[in-house]
Amino acid sequence: MTEFTRVPKQVEDAMEKWNGTTSRRDFLKGSGLMVVSFSAAAMVNPNLINATASAAVAEVNPPAGPYKDPDFRQLDSWIVIRQDNTAAFYVGKTDCGQGTGTAFRQIMADELDMAFDKTDLIMGNTETTVDQGGSGGSDAIRVDGWPMRRVAAEARRVLLEMASKQFGAPVDQFSVSEGVITVKGDPSIKVTYGELIGGKRFNVTLTGKDIDATTGVANLKPVQEHKIIGKSLPRYDIPPKVDGSLKWAVDAKVPGMVHARNVRPPWAGAKLISIDESSVRGIPGFIKVVSKGNYVAVVCEREEDAIKASRQLKVNWEKPATPSFPKSEDLYDYMRNASPTSVTQPTPPVVGNPDDALASAAKVIEAEYEFPFQGHVSFGPAHAMADPSNGQMTIYSNDMKAYRLRRGVADFLGMPQDRVRVIWMEGSQAYGRTAADDAGFEAAFLAKEVGRPVRVQWMRHEETAWDTKGPAFTFKLRGGLDTQGNLIALVYNARTADYNHVDYNDPNTVLIGQLVGRRPSAPAKGGAGPPADMYVIPNLRRTTEVVRLPLVWETPIRAGNLRDPNGPQIAFASESFIDELAAAAKADPVEFRLRLLTGSTDDDKVFTRARSIAVVKAAAAAYGWDNRPSPKALGTGNILTGRGIAYCYRQTTIVVEIAEVEVNRTTGHVWVKRLVCAHDCGLVINPDGLLNTIEGNLLHGLSRGLHEEVQFDTDKITSVDWISYPTLTHADTPAKIDIVLVNGDPNPNRPDLPPYGAGEAACRITPAAVANAIYDATGVRIRRVPFRDKRVLAALKAAKV
Amino acid sequence: MSKFTLKVNGRTHTLDIDPSTPLLYILRNDLGLQGPRFGCGLGQCGSCTVLIKGLAVRSCVTPVSAVRGAEITTLEGLARDGRLHPVQQAWIDEQVPQCGFCQNGQIMTAKALLDKHPNPTDQEIREGMAGALCRCMTYYRVQAAIKRAAKMMAAARRASGSEVIA
Ligand code: FES
Ligand code: FES
Repeated sequence: MTEFTRVPKQVEDAMEKWNGTTSRRDFLKGSGLMVVSFSAAAMVNPNLINATASAAVAEVNPPAGPYKDPDFRQLDSWIVIRQDNTAAFYVGKTDCGQGTGTAFRQIMADELDMAFDKTDLIMGNTETTVDQGGSGGSDAIRVDGWPMRRVAAEARRVLLEMASKQFGAPVDQFSVSEGVITVKGDPSIKVTYGELIGGKRFNVTLTGKDIDATTGVANLKPVQEHKIIGKSLPRYDIPPKVDGSLKWAVDAKVPGMVHARNVRPPWAGAKLISIDESSVRGIPGFIKVVSKGNYVAVVCEREEDAIKASRQLKVNWEKPATPSFPKSEDLYDYMRNASPTSVTQPTPPVVGNPDDALASAAKVIEAEYEFPFQGHVSFGPAHAMADPSNGQMTIYSNDMKAYRLRRGVADFLGMPQDRVRVIWMEGSQAYGRTAADDAGFEAAFLAKEVGRPVRVQWMRHEETAWDTKGPAFTFKLRGGLDTQGNLIALVYNARTADYNHVDYNDPNTVLIGQLVGRRPSAPAKGGAGPPADMYVIPNLRRTTEVVRLPLVWETPIRAGNLRDPNGPQIAFASESFIDELAAAAKADPVEFRLRLLTGSTDDDKVFTRARSIAVVKAAAAAYGWDNRPSPKALGTGNILTGRGIAYCYRQTTIVVEIAEVEVNRTTGHVWVKRLVCAHDCGLVINPDGLLNTIEGNLLHGLSRGLHEEVQFDTDKITSVDWISYPTLTHADTPAKIDIVLVNGDPNPNRPDLPPYGAGEAACRITPAAVANAIYDATGVRIRRVPFRDKRVLAALKAAKV
Repeated sequence: MSKFTLKVNGRTHTLDIDPSTPLLYILRNDLGLQGPRFGCGLGQCGSCTVLIKGLAVRSCVTPVSAVRGAEITTLEGLARDGRLHPVQQAWIDEQVPQCGFCQNGQIMTAKALLDKHPNPTDQEIREGMAGALCRCMTYYRVQAAIKRAAKMMAAARRASGSEVIA
């Protein structure tokens, strides 16, 4: 067994026995260290469970709060050095499965000069970790890694100064390795970090206008001197996930906890008329029906009884008089005919004179594309547990933005913020604004109503139907080619059903907030940017219009951030269209893109275009790309094969993908047999962790391209399980995935190479690469996502393939 | 309510419970196990998988009355004498999980698959695993880990004669 598989007995005890009143646990007695304040409940943080030495770090606060915000301008808020020369890092992040926790430890251990396995990490506990916002925006390494590096470097600097004082020698006489400071040339004179400061505070004030800018005065190591950054260390969270020992947010339990299930309106926008509580009173352990506005939940002692009660409860609902939305098959017509609620354009909105250029073009190409609503559809439906002991509220949640959940719940319940805390624990994937937000509010609301700790768990149909959705899009693109086949003009028009886009943990738009009747002063306008590429197109106009569906509030079609919000939708249209233009120009798709990227470099401040070119070339080389226009000559067999490429640039990260497909002529089935991805996200902290992230990201994009579409009739979502909302499975997995990590920026050996981001970029272009490959194989262009068998077969039949 | 005896991971438990209760809730809430988790409650995703008589069984749709007396193994029961099962070790070696929430279903389904097909073909892996869903899309590494585990298990079989490591 690995060291990670043992759950310390005392942590189990904390989870089992803590009842919110104990001020000090026996296991903490004799711990030599009184540095960072913990409450007993903080000990259930899974990071602590995994951290072998953590139990010795704690000092107990009365769990009754108040729960203060750790001060990010204090070094002690970030780093604790223990007497045994180990370190604990406290960061305001959450790891949604991309191994960022391991990467944070690598970053901090490296700058601190401490062995990786002598460190552990605490994340996302609003009471003990500084507010770095949790996860989102692929910013873990790109943004939040910087203050971590700087504070670790500062701690190292302070420790060296302490040694210098102790031995009366200047700092430059010392060297550090793995937490041991030695005098250069005399290794017998040495002192450990633990001996210098173990058990004591740094008491060092940091500066910085905000948490992202937090810094001391120490310099960072040049990239070339890193020893731990850049290594594929195994993720510390994997063994306990594999042997069953990890306590997840779904496992959070405290004495007296009861179980709740929601009862959702059967139709979108339905009004609650009455509830017949006698319909469930006979269920053993029934506690209460809680309802407010149109929000209804049942609470029972046992989980299976809460499920039974939620199904059995008789509720009278009034169906809205008018349809809440068009049927999913009518959605795009509806969107094209709707009046926009707002328009967004990039700056500048127009380059050159696209209308004149189109009028003078030798060839004009026009195409429309459609992309459906897609859900997070988390593998583990939303859940949370809330404990109202002592007039406080402690929420155990896997929500990726623990800090905003805390603020939102405090507002929602009308509690002072320092009476609310969130303890983040591991959970099912969190790729954006998931329903974990909604469940956190519900658990807290129910706990307050019932006066006991309540665990709420969404059922599968709720998760699939009611979680937030990546917005649907329609697109219309026109492009003009000159006689040499050069792209001289492009007009991009997009429409997105993104009106009332819900924010993270907003008490006015969280589902229970909507159902109880809360409303913000105005719905969010929504919107989307233009395609993110570095193509040089001399005449260009790009416009995005937002449209709304008839029902705006209390609807299961809630637009919200889903991994790379809008990215896959926009890139599906823009990168399919570039391919259509290449085909019209009878140009090879790689060569056509390279031509657009080399058009000019004088506006290229961060060498993004040069890097784009390098990444396109790397992907083509890794694939073994054969230079020819698409489509290829139609094969004669039942299986048609082809390859397609797509490119994007996202927040300075560049991705190019090449998909090789097999299309079954008689069934319409598409199998992506091979995926090649070239990826440049700057400085890499953990190459294998990055590869795992990219693999999952590619396949998430593939799932969205091949399978995913939220379906609905005019009053409810009809995608409610894994049959009606299919996802990628083992059966569709490519036989081969090749990923090339390119660090082309522009001098990979520069000392300050920055990291960009990798959590979202690679899913962006998979649908486009696959559509382009289908075209190459069959000569048929599929302009609507997803490419399910039936749709592809119909298109093949229509084209007589 | 009625009395049931459940044998889980080698330990015997007696419970007084409604016989229609899905096994999943008993494992999680009464026995405190964390390996099997709720993912759909419909038998569609594999999250709640346990092993009974060598078969991967979905505990969310299995009433406790159907498994009385049977030997049930959960993820926590795969390790033997402090050593991880080769499937678990292969999962660590290949660094399979992302969020990891589905991995109970992946590992338990793979274990049952390998017990049936000690040397599975790619097609057998794809088909045998198709019902174990993962929304982080770790499929590629899961498939690599199954092949690695097959090799480890074969080596262990060779080393110990006919003794089967399970
Ligand atoms: S939870 Fe049992 S199969 Fe999904
Ligand atoms: S690893 Fe996250 S659902 Fe499979």
